[in-house]
This record gives sequence, structure tokens and C-alpha cells, in this order.
Amino acid sequence: MTRTWAELLGDEEPEDTEPEKKRRFRRLRSGLTKSRQAFARGLTGWRYDPNDLETWERLEEVLISADIGVETTQEIVERLEKRRPKTDEEVMEGLQDVLGELAAPEEEPRLHLDGTPSVILVVGVNGAGKTTTIGKLASRLRESGRSVLVGAADTYRAAADEQLEIWAERAGADFVGSTRGGDPAAVAFDSIAAGEARGRDVVIVDTAGRLHTQSSLMEELAKIHRVIASKLEGAPHETLLVVDATTGQNGLRQAKLFDEAVDVTGVALTKLDGTAKGGIVVAIGHEFGLPVKLVGVGEGIDDLQPFDAAEFARALVSGGGPDEDEPEG
Amino acid sequence: MFDSLSEKLQGVLGDLRGRGRLSEEDVTKAMREIRLALLEADVNFKVVKEFVATVKERCLDAEVTKSLTPGQQVVKIVNEELTALMGQGSSKLAFSGRPPTVILLAGLQGSGKTTASAKLALHLRKKDGKAPAIAACDLQRPAAIDQLEQLGKQIQVPVYRRDDTKDPVEVARWALEQARAQGRDVLIVDTAGRLHVDEELMDELVAIRKETKPTNVLLVLDSMTGQDAVNVAESFQEQVAFDGVILTKLDGDARGGAALSVKAVTGQPIKFASTGEKLDQLEPFHPDRMASRILGMGDVLTLIEKAEEAAEEDEQEELEARLKAGKFTFDDFLKSYDMMRKMGPLRSVMGMIPGLGKQLQGVNVDDKQLEWVRAIVLSMTAQERAHPEIIKGQRRQRIARGSGTSVQQVNQLLNGRKQMEKMMKQIGSGKQPNLQSLVAQGQMRR
Repeated sequence: MTRTWAELLGDEEPEDTEPEKKRRFRRLRSGLTKSRQAFARGLTGWRYDPNDLETWERLEEVLISADIGVETTQEIVERLEKRRPKTDEEVMEGLQDVLGELAAPEEEPRLHLDGTPSVILVVGVNGAGKTTTIGKLASRLRESGRSVLVGAADTYRAAADEQLEIWAERAGADFVGSTRGGDPAAVAFDSIAAGEARGRDVVIVDTAGRLHTQSSLMEELAKIHRVIASKLEGAPHETLLVVDATTGQNGLRQAKLFDEAVDVTGVALTKLDGTAKGGIVVAIGHEFGLPVKLVGVGEGIDDLQPFDAAEFARALVSGGGPDEDEPEG
Repeated sequence: MFDSLSEKLQGVLGDLRGRGRLSEEDVTKAMREIRLALLEADVNFKVVKEFVATVKERCLDAEVTKSLTPGQQVVKIVNEELTALMGQGSSKLAFSGRPPTVILLAGLQGSGKTTASAKLALHLRKKDGKAPAIAACDLQRPAAIDQLEQLGKQIQVPVYRRDDTKDPVEVARWALEQARAQGRDVLIVDTAGRLHVDEELMDELVAIRKETKPTNVLLVLDSMTGQDAVNVAESFQEQVAFDGVILTKLDGDARGGAALSVKAVTGQPIKFASTGEKLDQLEPFHPDRMASRILGMGDVLTLIEKAEEAAEEDEQEELEARLKAGKFTFDDFLKSYDMMRKMGPLRSVMGMIPGLGKQLQGVNVDDKQLEWVRAIVLSMTAQERAHPEIIKGQRRQRIARGSGTSVQQVNQLLNGRKQMEKMMKQIGSGKQPNLQSLVAQGQMRR
């Protein structure tokens, strides 16, 4: 089952769900095609032989080359071995199941938008794609009938608030700007105040990219989180960590330290439209129980999708999805 | 207290010191650990395979020397091979005989091209005395041009922007004309981030390359990149034939194996490393430092060598014995401090200690800041140095006056010594010292 935005947001399914699912799925698939081809290529011509060590090594290599990491790969292989698959097909099925289990530590992850307004704090390292993700998310939330305000609490990077303002305009969202070098916590505060005053449904707070190792900047982030929490009870309702799909094993450090600083509630995996496989989220799910909620599969405003772990795993592992014969969008 | 890789190797190899050669079995065991370490550092698995094969051969031929344990021996060989592999090729930029020299920057979205453009311009202006300019050819990302323009102002480098066209090839062509007309030595061309599989955008990059005929094409690579780095590098290499790499975000704690992958598959050298958010934090690349970083170890061997050079052997042994006994007077403090100073700047010395590299992230170690420490100790009497516990109120005031510091600073140092004594006890007992608290003391003064 492919997940829809309505499922992600906990909304009633609109009547025309099927077309939306199809459209969405096509996009995800076309984004993933290259990843899937590369992944499948690693497994092509591979005949399963339980007694052949090379078979397992080959499998390990495929997983490692997807950035799943040595440790999580070993975990996957162990779980797979326990299932004692007898045929190639059983290996593939088992692999899909195990990958799904690990990447989706939470059943059917939702975006929790039950505040008035609901506050989404977006964090991540430099260049992960925070601002772009916010632009796309704002647009999707607008489509779902919600009013949105975005706050530019990235007061560090030159022209960051101009970039966000352009996205806000495209999405039809309100915008609260900032001055360079200003106090980001104050911008977050003002954004929520403005969201409350104007009766907006969702307030999304953008933050400056920072490396998780810069302790003073991580403290600043924790302060933003505190200010948001004290401004509005229950806020932030979601704290999304944005992770670039090309990220290697350092993604684990990012998840750990950002989670420690601001209590991350979900991951947005970006740039999945290249050849990078984004396997690091499987490791993140496995080690920290952080669910992936969103995936970015392109630069267009519609190229943000609810994450579907089983689908993600299936698309990565198999040569074709359930609707292989459907034309690509 | 040696780091995990050395330790693991030690574990599998045991103590074979002086037994001559490493056996095939030993080497195979060691190579398994090396393979894991490299994979965890994000070196591409194919590159790892080839690399391990080379190292294995060398290890089989190597004599086990007396001075190093077999584990260290293997680490040394791996380190040498890594350094050699990464150090090949010039790290210098080429300059055209007919200026302006064009430097084209390309890479994936978010790899850090715009920031790297500004950093490189500042580097060229300050370190090479050039007159650079930047062409703003990222017309994809919203406000990228504004970002570049603001950075340009900050570093006093002209940025050529056009708002009347959406064609980056045209902007590049026009910018080159401007640079020529204004007599700039170097034109840095900042381009939009693009996926290597996006044919349309890759064609556009090829067109910019044709139009500007750059002397240097640099791939901007995020040091946190994983296994995919080889695909990215191969595609960019095939289409725009880059001749060097700028490695960004190296101030994080990524081990940076992608740098090795890219070097191995394209043969192109890493030329610069970006080591912080400030615009002057761009450095020429050091292959040796990168090698030990990828292996996840401080530069153990260099540290051993430097320590041996800096300290007389018996003096060192005596100090070690005292430290292990948990005695640490101000005389020792001064001695070890001077010894460290002989080895080089404090930060680089501490960075060489395995396991401390990570703890030092985000901590500033300024040598000048620690000079006052020396001044205070020199203002103490011999008795005070040997028995620090006698230093009470009156003595503290006198020492502060004598060294030109404040009582508060003297207090800080006294506490620091106590901590250091604790730390040394930890080292003696094989635990890892908590250096941050110690360094934090030096920072309190600021």
C-alpha cells in the first residue's frame, strides 16, 4: 500500500484518492528508478545458494553500497538468515520485510498537527535541503486545506530568508522574515505569535544549517526549541531532521546529536532522485527509532512525498514494483 | 589509550614483536579490520577491495620492526599507502598565462559551492595577492545570487550578476567579458547544484565549460557523502573533466572516506578543504591528515616520533612514572608543557592524540591564551611548585602580581592542575581523559 498525504496528515481520504495515489507513486517511482536499477544491478544474475558464502558477501556488498552501514547490514543479514529462505524470491521478500521493519520503527508514521497552530521545527546540517523541503511541505499543507505561516529563523546564511520568502510565495503561505545576525529564537517566537494572531493552522520554523559538532550552535538550536515550547504548550508538535540521501555513515552522528539537542520526532529524506539510495535512514531507524516521514524526490514544488517504508524497501530491492507495466510519469 | 583501530588490530594480532614477518593468517585477520574501518568511514566498497589488496601484499613483505607492535606496523603501512594515494597530483591551482584565469565550480545541490566560491575568492585575494571576481551562474536556487552578492561584499570581491536572463551560459560569457574589461586576474564561476543524472543540467554545465574555457574545474564534494560519491565523481569526470576537488564541511566529524573514493576512481587530487563556517576557513589539503582521519585515528605514529624527538628519554620516563603514580606538581606541569610546545602548536599536538580529535571539535585551543599559564608557574617559588597545596590567599595574590595576571586566573590554574592530575591518573589507568573540561578552563578567560 502506498501512503497518501491524507494518511500522513491523519485527514479523511478525499474522494479522488486513487488518482492521487497513482500520481504520487509514479513520482516516487520515477525518482527511485535510478536507485532501484543500481541496486538491482548489484543483485542481477545472483542465484541464491544457502551454502555459498559468496552469496551472502554479495548481499552484504549491495546493502553496504546503499549506505546502510556495516552494523545494520549485519543485523539485516542475521534476521534474513533466521528466516531460512530457500529460493531467490524468498530472499527478496525477506529482505523487503526486514528493511521495512528497520526503517519504520513506528507503524504508519503521521505528521502530528493537533495544535492551534501546530508548530513544525525543521533542523539539519548545512545543505541538507531544509528550506526547499519547507517550501514543498508548505505547499502540500496548503493543498490539504490548511493555512500556513513560515518563519525564517535562519539568521546566519546570507540571503536565507529571501530564499524562504520565494518558496513561501510559491506555496501561498505567510512569511515572517528576519534580519541577518538576529536572534533566531526571537524569530521563532514572533512566527508563532503571528501564527496565533492570524489564526493560521500550521507554523513552520526554518533554522540555519549547522554541523552537529558545533556545540554552541547546537545550544542555540536547543534554545530555539525551548522558546517554542514555552511560547505554546505542546509545541513544537513536530521536529523534523532533514537528511540528504547522499549522506554516509555520518548520518548516524547527525541523528544522535540533533535528537539529543531538540528531541527529533521524524526524518525528512531529501534528494532521493539521484543514484544515492538513502540507506542511512534504515540505520537511523534501527539505531534511534526515528521514523522517516517525508521523502524529497526532485526540485519541483510537488516533489515531496509521505515516506512508505515497505514501498521504499520494495522499490530498492526489487527490479520492479507492483505496477511495473504502468508508464512512467 | 590507543584508538579503536590500533586496538582491534592489536587484539587480532597479539604481541608478535620481534618475531620477524607477519604471517599470512595474521595479515588476513588484520585486513578484515581495515576493511571494516574503511567501510565505516564511507570509502566506497569497491575502492576498499582494491586498496586492501595492495596493502595486504605490502604487509606480507614487511619486516616487523622492534620498535612497533604488529598492530602499529599494519597501521603504519595502511597510513602510508593512504597518504600516498591521496597525495598524488598537484594541490595547487593552475593560473593561465593570459588572465583572467577561470575556475569553474560544480557539484551536487547542498555540497557548498556558493560558500566555497566566496572562500576561494578570499583565499586568492589574501594568500595569492590576486584580484578575483565571481560570476553568479546559479540561477536555479531561489536567492542564490543574493547570497553570493552579500558574501562578495563581505570579502570585497566583485560579483557579476544578471537579472535579465535565466541562461547561465549567457551570464558566464558576459561575466568573463566583464572580468577581462576590469582587469581581474581570476574569475570564479559559481554554478547551480545539479544531480549527475540530470542530463539537461549536465549539458548546461558542459556548455558553461565550453564558453568559459576554465583553467581549473573543481568538483565541490561534501565530506559527509557516502557510497554514492563514486557515481557522482565518475559522471562529473566524464562530462566536465574536473581536475581537482574542494572537500567541504570537514569541520564536522565525518571521517571523509568519500575523498578517498573520488581520488581513487578519478585520479584527481583534493586541492582544498573547507574547515569552518567563517569565510577564511579554507585550507590547502593535507593528505596525511586526511589519511589518519579516514582511519579514525589520530596520527599516532607522528605523535610517537615527535614525542621521541622532543623529550630526552630518561626525562620522559621519569615524568611518566610520576604521572602514573598520580603525582603532578607544577614543575611537571611546566616540563610537560614545554615538551608539548616543542612538538608544535598545542591544537595540532592534541589533535594527534587518538580519541581526542572528536573531543576537540568546537573547542578553540589558542597557544597565546596558554602563555599566561607559564607566566604564573614561573612566578611561583620552588617550594610552591613542588607542593601546590600550600598556595593560599597571600601567596595567590603575590603570584598574580608577579605574573601580571589576576587572582582569579591563578585560582583557575590551581584548579586546572588538580584536574590534570586526575586526568593523568585516568591515563595511567588506561581510561580516556576528559580534555574538554581542561580546555574549557583556558577559554573561561575570554
